[in-house]
Amino acid sequence: MNYLVLLGVLIVIVGFALKLDSILIIMVAAIVTAITGHMGLGGLLETFGATFVGSRYMNVFLIVLVLTGTLERNGLRHAAAELIGKVKGATPSHVLGTYSVIRGALGAFNVGLGGVAGFTRPVLMPMCEGSIESKGIEPNKEHMEHVKGMASGVENIVWFFTQVLFIGGSGALLVKGAMEGIGYSVELPKLAAVEIPVAIFAVVFEIVYYNILDKGYMKKYYGDKLKSNK
Amino acid sequence: MSPFFTNPDVALGSKLLEILYILCGLVCIYAGVKNAKDKENPSRLGTAIFWIILGVVMTLGRYIPNKVNGVLVFLMVIPAVIGKVKPGKSNVATPEKQLADYKKIGMKIFIPALLIGIFALIFAFIKGVSSLVGMGVGVIIGVIVLKMFNPENKAKTFMDDSERFLSIIGPVCLLPCLLGVLGKIFTVAGVGDVISSLVGNIIPEGNLAVGIIVYAIGMMLFTMIMGNAFAAITVMTVGIGAPFVFALGADPALCGMLALTCGYCGTLLTPMAANFNIVPVAILEMNDKWGVIKKQAIPAFSILAFQIVYMLLFGM
Repeated sequence: MNYLVLLGVLIVIVGFALKLDSILIIMVAAIVTAITGHMGLGGLLETFGATFVGSRYMNVFLIVLVLTGTLERNGLRHAAAELIGKVKGATPSHVLGTYSVIRGALGAFNVGLGGVAGFTRPVLMPMCEGSIESKGIEPNKEHMEHVKGMASGVENIVWFFTQVLFIGGSGALLVKGAMEGIGYSVELPKLAAVEIPVAIFAVVFEIVYYNILDKGYMKKYYGDKLKSNK
Repeated sequence: MSPFFTNPDVALGSKLLEILYILCGLVCIYAGVKNAKDKENPSRLGTAIFWIILGVVMTLGRYIPNKVNGVLVFLMVIPAVIGKVKPGKSNVATPEKQLADYKKIGMKIFIPALLIGIFALIFAFIKGVSSLVGMGVGVIIGVIVLKMFNPENKAKTFMDDSERFLSIIGPVCLLPCLLGVLGKIFTVAGVGDVISSLVGNIIPEGNLAVGIIVYAIGMMLFTMIMGNAFAAITVMTVGIGAPFVFALGADPALCGMLALTCGYCGTLLTPMAANFNIVPVAILEMNDKWGVIKKQAIPAFSILAFQIVYMLLFGM
């Protein structure tokens, strides 16, 4: 066993703990691991080039920016805020909860609405802000920072645990391959079925948890104003 | 251009995806050229080098030899690490202008926004074509529709606005692919085998309950290191799952699949999963780099605990 290759892992952990520049950490860890793993300069460059090009699918969100930027210029935020203003008594947690259900239903078909760039920023966040504005209150910056974190949490949590309900999704295919590699045969529909309780728990937990958090934030940031409005 | 697009053996889905990468690359190159000409940008050279090389690798990566791609990646990282990738002049629309445009277009401005999701859904039912392609088609049609709604939007408007967004996100754009590279290097160097043999040493022989717990937590931790559950699942299943869980009679479908979603709990907790946890911080212009992970920590640990109990009750 070549325990030296763990040095790269150590660099990553220490680097992030010390809050160093992420790109720097990755580059140093990659170079150190290439040295300790005896990959050589050629192997390092080859792996860098091939894997970077093979990972381009992760950058596809860039194309969404072509539409998002101009949608914002043309006032999509105002449309989203006005729309949510028609729902009396709505709060950010209602917006996020509703979105969780929609995202979960679509996630089971392995489909998203445009991600953080295409949906959360141009539509969802303005709706959350609009739900506060419709009460005649200016949204608090700190509160919106929390809501942004939760909106991204919805995006990730609901997606991860509902997308596995899609029969024959990439994750299940990988598990099937790994299990066959160690001599067990598993069926794809069964792999989706075992995730049903996990998906339900994950989505319900997320909705309830963010609802509780946001109730606290509403009280903390607007408590007095909400009361005086009543 | 090359045999790739005319080769009948290459699946249509791969060709369409390649076109999508080319379009993404062109967006980056546009941002690079715009910043190179932007006198208000405090770091024109570094910014231009960064975006143009990223664009070249996105666009032409398939045709460039891998080692050259590797050198290009190292070159684009330099301005990013020394802080020479900066936003230039921002052409953001004033709130008044936004409101005026909205009054002109009305609620139907939602149509182009929703086209992304609608086309992703339609393409999900076309066999062999990624729903990412559907997203791209939705963007293109959305752009056409938005231009019809508001003729003031020229091609330049869309491109300049995309550049403004790229500049908001900045070098973070590089992180997802770079972390993919690091995960691969870890795998090639055998990090996974070392970790699973270390973990294997501490598990008592013949105790299935302990095996399941270690397999689940191990998947979470190893995913946090690799940034990706897919990179962890095979190594952990071979190293821990086979000898300590499945050999003792655990349900292969239940425990095998849940190991993956235990890994997803790790994805929620790590900055190594940059596309999920760090890029959103940049896109939403949050102040706290860890702001997304903080909101995911309690759900991640709760979902992990739920899955362990589920496996202990029904998987043994």
